[in-house]
Amino acid sequence: MHRLLDGRLNEKMLMLGNEAIARGALEAGVSFAASYPGTPSSEIALQFFQISRESDLYFEYSANEKVALEVAAGAAMCGLKTMVSMKHVGVNVASDALMTLAYTGITGSLVLVAADDPFMFSSQNEQDSRYYAKLGNLPMLEPSSVGEAKEMTKYAFELSEKLKLPVILRTTTRINHASGVVTLGALAERNTKGSFIKDPFSYVCIPSVSRNLHPKLLNKMDEAAIMSNQSIWNIIEGSGKLGIVCNGASYGYVRDAVQQLGIADRCRILRIGFSHPFPDELTSNFLQSCEKALIVEESEPYMEEAVRNCAQQSGLTLPVRGKGKDFFSRLYEFDPAEVTKVMASYFDVSYEQSLPMKTADLPVAPPRPPNLCAGCPHRAAYVAVREVFGDEAIYPTDIGCYTLGLLPPLSMGDFLIAMGAGLGTAGGFSIATGRKVVAFIGDSTFFHSGLSPLASAVYNNHNFTLVILDNETTAMTGHQPHPGANIRHLGLPLTQVSIEQAVAGLGVKKVITVNPFQYRKTVEAAKELAGYKGVSVLIARASCPLYDRMLHGFKRKKPFFINHEKCNNSRNCVNKAACPAFYVGDQGLEIDADRCTGCALCSQICPEKAISPISKKEVSS
Amino acid sequence: MKTTRILIVAVGGQGNILSARVLGEAAVAAGIDVRMSEFHGMAQRGGVVESMILLGDGSGYCISDGNADVLLGFEPSETLRAAKKCGANSVVITNVRPLPPFTVALGKDQYPDIDYAMHLMSERVKKMIAFDATALALQAGSSLTLNMVMLGALSQSGAIDLPQELLERIIREKTKKQFTDMNLKAFELGMQKAANC
Repeated sequence: MHRLLDGRLNEKMLMLGNEAIARGALEAGVSFAASYPGTPSSEIALQFFQISRESDLYFEYSANEKVALEVAAGAAMCGLKTMVSMKHVGVNVASDALMTLAYTGITGSLVLVAADDPFMFSSQNEQDSRYYAKLGNLPMLEPSSVGEAKEMTKYAFELSEKLKLPVILRTTTRINHASGVVTLGALAERNTKGSFIKDPFSYVCIPSVSRNLHPKLLNKMDEAAIMSNQSIWNIIEGSGKLGIVCNGASYGYVRDAVQQLGIADRCRILRIGFSHPFPDELTSNFLQSCEKALIVEESEPYMEEAVRNCAQQSGLTLPVRGKGKDFFSRLYEFDPAEVTKVMASYFDVSYEQSLPMKTADLPVAPPRPPNLCAGCPHRAAYVAVREVFGDEAIYPTDIGCYTLGLLPPLSMGDFLIAMGAGLGTAGGFSIATGRKVVAFIGDSTFFHSGLSPLASAVYNNHNFTLVILDNETTAMTGHQPHPGANIRHLGLPLTQVSIEQAVAGLGVKKVITVNPFQYRKTVEAAKELAGYKGVSVLIARASCPLYDRMLHGFKRKKPFFINHEKCNNSRNCVNKAACPAFYVGDQGLEIDADRCTGCALCSQICPEKAISPISKKEVSS
Repeated sequence: MKTTRILIVAVGGQGNILSARVLGEAAVAAGIDVRMSEFHGMAQRGGVVESMILLGDGSGYCISDGNADVLLGFEPSETLRAAKKCGANSVVITNVRPLPPFTVALGKDQYPDIDYAMHLMSERVKKMIAFDATALALQAGSSLTLNMVMLGALSQSGAIDLPQELLERIIREKTKKQFTDMNLKAFELGMQKAANC
């Protein structure tokens, strides 16, 4: 039985924040969940995916976040309890549907987990999703701990059901990827069958309908504001004069700092957990008892603006500080010591800092940049494409493992902003410069947001080559399936969508599929496409070696070795391919047999034919 | 109860996350509050993996510079990289067997003089236990048991309030059955080594 379906009532279990969110949803009776994976949210969907295979919970990996939201919205319109989870930038993709779903509302419940990533541990930006709640008029909850993430998720369903509105559960990496002790509640029964009652003049958002729906939404938000002002998630602690307003992970830092500074009796903390609508009356009352206030929040001054608003409305003139020089940064994640320091300085408290060890004179640890794995098919495709197009071509790229191709010596990546944008921007680069453009996109990303830009490029007669790097899985986020993946090995029906057919169906006339580990053939194919005018597509298909290794019946290929009698140190293997299985040994370059996957790329680009499978070494010795 | 802050640093694939999990589960079993964070964004791609485990009172999930009570380093250059997390009261337990990044392996970067670095670090912390943990893991049966060797050394160091028997029980319960004996052997080898360091 799945871990999250197990456990006694009130049992304490160690959980990842994302597991706690999934458990909270199960305790609320979620019956329908959908997601597109994205760090730091991915493990929420993973729990649902696993649980859906042993229960009547419906879960799907949708093609992208917008589709995930839409499919869940459909179910929520039929009264079901639904959840969608995504990373912060996924909300951008889903936002078109989300903004108007707020107008129609829903009849069941819908909780959207927006997982922000301050510091960009694995994201392209660190946008603050809280503004989506404000932009769309949606209630928002923000947990401060793993245990609370479970409880708050459960409440989010209640709130959504009550207001008939989607609710945003906004987290940050430090909650999603933190682990903590969770006390189990009872699992709710799942209601998996819904019913839809037609009401087109409430649900079909033509202008005249929407003009009626917008005031209804604002009325719901008035109701939500009352709830926020009375919410148990907006907590006041202490009765001092030094006001602190905080949220999310920063609440933990504030609590620890107050203890460390010994100012618990002088402080009054307002922890905001129900953050939209902002609890204005509660905050105004809070501020009235404070001499000064400090707003402790990561990312943008979302609460700071709201608190200043409250102060102004109540005619309060106390100093309110948050972001700014000598205070908190809008950049990155908070560091607990920094929070303590700002609090100590603003509240004029002296304290003893734990001094970090002097490190200036220590030797420097070499960086450990992430790299494409040994045996990664993307490396093989990149080496072949570079062989044909060199430095002259412009290489817009996309989001996935293959983004790592930007690192030298591959240096395949000149522009990256968003999913699908490598393909979308390709035509612009080509028209503006007249240079050859080769865009890259992964298989999962192609289905996520590559279809429309490809159709548009064909229709507008653009001139570029698209390389679809198809490793048959969503590798970066943990090998989730996608529409182009074969999922039969998971015991699921074969519903695979052919990339070749999709590309041809969108009007691309020139398409070649290769196995990138067949180096010569790949180079020949790239050369053929180089001379083609119009949109051409190279599909480079070979499965992710990490994924292969996990599959049942996986058989390891023979690793390769370097024959030092033949090796003339031309170093194509490391200078062109930079495979991490290579290292410098006593006799020169060597291949680490444990890391080599036997992909044979290096042996094909070695001008001295000095690299062969180990089986040959055994034969010759 | 006072907070003990443990930072584990390793390279992707060295089993850092499982060792953190063992400590976390042991804390839950002992009724001690525990908060952990892990960072492994692109670790499968050869990056750094970092786990923070905070045992006892407190609310935060991470450790600031100078605040680690224990630094458990599975790879010496990673121990060195994390040095600033330590202060005069820290206990450092580290493997000394290098696992150079591929840039070093290809001669494009320099691997530091680990003996020298560890010597300097040892003078700036309360206690340093440095040994070839990879050798002990191999002696236990697999390089994959490195994490258990390190846990054994951590247990022996006395830097955490989790009894050795409890850690062994959790290893038995929470790690894969086919590796239990090997894991326990590795744990014991780590303990013995730390006792003699």
